[in-house]
Amino acid sequence: MHGNADVPSVRPLAIEARGLVKRFDGFTAVDGVDLTVPEGAIYGILGPNGAGKTTTLRMLLGIIDPDEGVRRILGTDRPHEVAHTIGYLPEERGLYPSMKAYEAIAFLGALRGLPLAEGRKRGKELLEEHGLGYAIDRQIRQLSKGMAQQVQLLGTLVHEPKLVVFDEPFSGLDALNQGKLERMMRGLAARGTTVIFSTHVIAHAERLCDEVAIIAGGKVPFAGPVDVARDRIRPQVRLETRAQDGPWRGALPQDVRREGSHWYFSLPESGIEPLLRALIEGEAGILSLSIERAGLHDAFVAIAGEAAARALEEDKDEARR
Amino acid sequence: MSTAARAGRLSTLQAAFVMARRDFVAVLFSRSFFFFLLGPLFMLTVLALAGGVGKQVRQNTERPQLGVAMSVADTDAVVKAHGVLAAQIGPAMPQLVVVRRLAPGEQFDPLSEIKSNKANLAAILTGTPEKPTLTGPQERIGDWQGRVALIAAQAAGKGPDSFPDVALSGIATSKADQSQSRMATAQIGQTVLFMLMMILAGMVLSNLVEEKGNKIIEVLAAAIPMDAVFLGKLFAMLAISLVGITVWGLFGGAIWLGSGNSLTDYPAPAVGWPMFFGLGVLYFALGYLVIGSIFLAIGSMATTVREVQTLSMPVTMLQLLNFFFASFAIAQPGTWIETAAIIVPFSSPFTMLAKAAQDDALWVHGAAIAWQLVWVALLVRMGASLFKTRVMQSGSGGREKRRWWQRKGPAPA
Repeated sequence: MHGNADVPSVRPLAIEARGLVKRFDGFTAVDGVDLTVPEGAIYGILGPNGAGKTTTLRMLLGIIDPDEGVRRILGTDRPHEVAHTIGYLPEERGLYPSMKAYEAIAFLGALRGLPLAEGRKRGKELLEEHGLGYAIDRQIRQLSKGMAQQVQLLGTLVHEPKLVVFDEPFSGLDALNQGKLERMMRGLAARGTTVIFSTHVIAHAERLCDEVAIIAGGKVPFAGPVDVARDRIRPQVRLETRAQDGPWRGALPQDVRREGSHWYFSLPESGIEPLLRALIEGEAGILSLSIERAGLHDAFVAIAGEAAARALEEDKDEARR
Repeated sequence: MSTAARAGRLSTLQAAFVMARRDFVAVLFSRSFFFFLLGPLFMLTVLALAGGVGKQVRQNTERPQLGVAMSVADTDAVVKAHGVLAAQIGPAMPQLVVVRRLAPGEQFDPLSEIKSNKANLAAILTGTPEKPTLTGPQERIGDWQGRVALIAAQAAGKGPDSFPDVALSGIATSKADQSQSRMATAQIGQTVLFMLMMILAGMVLSNLVEEKGNKIIEVLAAAIPMDAVFLGKLFAMLAISLVGITVWGLFGGAIWLGSGNSLTDYPAPAVGWPMFFGLGVLYFALGYLVIGSIFLAIGSMATTVREVQTLSMPVTMLQLLNFFFASFAIAQPGTWIETAAIIVPFSSPFTMLAKAAQDDALWVHGAAIAWQLVWVALLVRMGASLFKTRVMQSGSGGREKRRWWQRKGPAPA
């Protein structure tokens, strides 16, 4: 694992996976995934569609068993043994349409070992707390998709789990409810609950996560703190000059590109001072200059792209052999 | 939120109970359960049709016979007369067998001959053609009285205008009548068992497909072992069927008893009514668990109702064959065919229930139940394993290799 090697975690681990491999009919969906998620963290699994995020989460939760590799969840390699301390919201939401909202929550709790009567009581309380009191006695089939999704979310948390796993939790939610969910996730983490979620919307991860794992092509090219991911690519410089050309052009780095009246390039390893000197001496006429630290999105594109290129090279080498 | 009770780890059986409770309640209050309760109406129709076929089988395989025990000359005359009349009247004439040609002065007790159950005798004709006596069950001899008078008149060389009086000597029940009644009980028992099992297996299958359609299967798979989902579904449907049987028993029994019927009016199955009903429930449960586990395993491989129908069709046909095999076997007692039908786990429940109607030996049921339990355990295990592998396309690894004796250990908090 890359990131955690750079910044070792002192907290005990909620999840530890080594070399997870999963194949479906000859296709390798997940190819040697390593993950370590500290307890109490908000951890994001980022990746494009089909990258292997859901398969990885399913293996961690024991829904499917990996073909190779080892996983440990809350201290055990048998996830069902600790199922009562885990909550899971799958990407494809599903509830029994004939169940009433509070019964659905109670049933999801009962599956995790919460007594049914207690689950019913908490189900009603949770629905009231989240402004869904009017839906308590409604059947799931009578609720809108978004409301049913919220009911399932409450069912995921009704037994007060130590670890919550969300697979693409923001999909299907409007902006208001996305914000609500972000607040809920922060609240869980504040109470010591480990939150792990997958997403292909980087903004959520950037706002929420302590650490992320980037999955591409079934592999994890990066896992670690968000800051470390962002530091993987150099800060970006945006420069605006009065002059279009001059001897100062030779001082700009090779990756420079021009968009409108601006020049864009990565901050040179030698720093900004030598460049500034060349611009001033060459009379470029600096109108504006800004140095921006890379966002997680840029880091993701750079890392996932690098990994794809590496995978392509590996395929070529294999073909040559 | 209240924190009065915390969630605790569920064992596989507890998880199966959670699943079974959900399915049981959901099905009990669903429209499909209403149709399930109406099932006997359809079943009675099938039963009536099957009864027609069964009657034909019975007539062919075990036609009640009329015995004759007279002096040598009279016996020959009766046999000859029967031959002449049978040629004219056809199958309406009872099948005739010579029980004994009596020497002059020899005494013969027709009652003990019938009770000895040596042959398939429904009644015995004694005396002489001029003064015949017919001994047998009241209903049977009343039915045969006219035909016997015809035979006696023909044997005595009298014209169609003069028939001897046939003295009737009634007894309670003959072996042949008892055998026929028990055969009917056996056939009814088999058909009810088969219909119930197929209805339930179909219900458990559609329930599973619905679950896959609802996408809830992933939630279940994440929370509890797939074995528990499998067992829960299987036993929920068994419980549903027992509710159904109780409802039918209470309503049907009330209507039946209210109509002035009583079980004592009918020849009891060989093992007696209480034991027969008990064994019926037991064989039903075992047969259902066998077929239900196969259907559930099939359901795990299918994603749509159409796929389920395609995949389950061969199994349904195979089960139908087993039913016919068991139906055929009950007419072949003591043969290798019956033994084979008992040994094959899929036909065993049908065959054994029929055997309970026909044979009073109880040890065979003990042995058959033990044998079927072995198969239930085996098939449930295999079904659950296939279910787990197929339903979520799971692999086989994921944990550090440990021997089974190393797997026990305290659960993490």
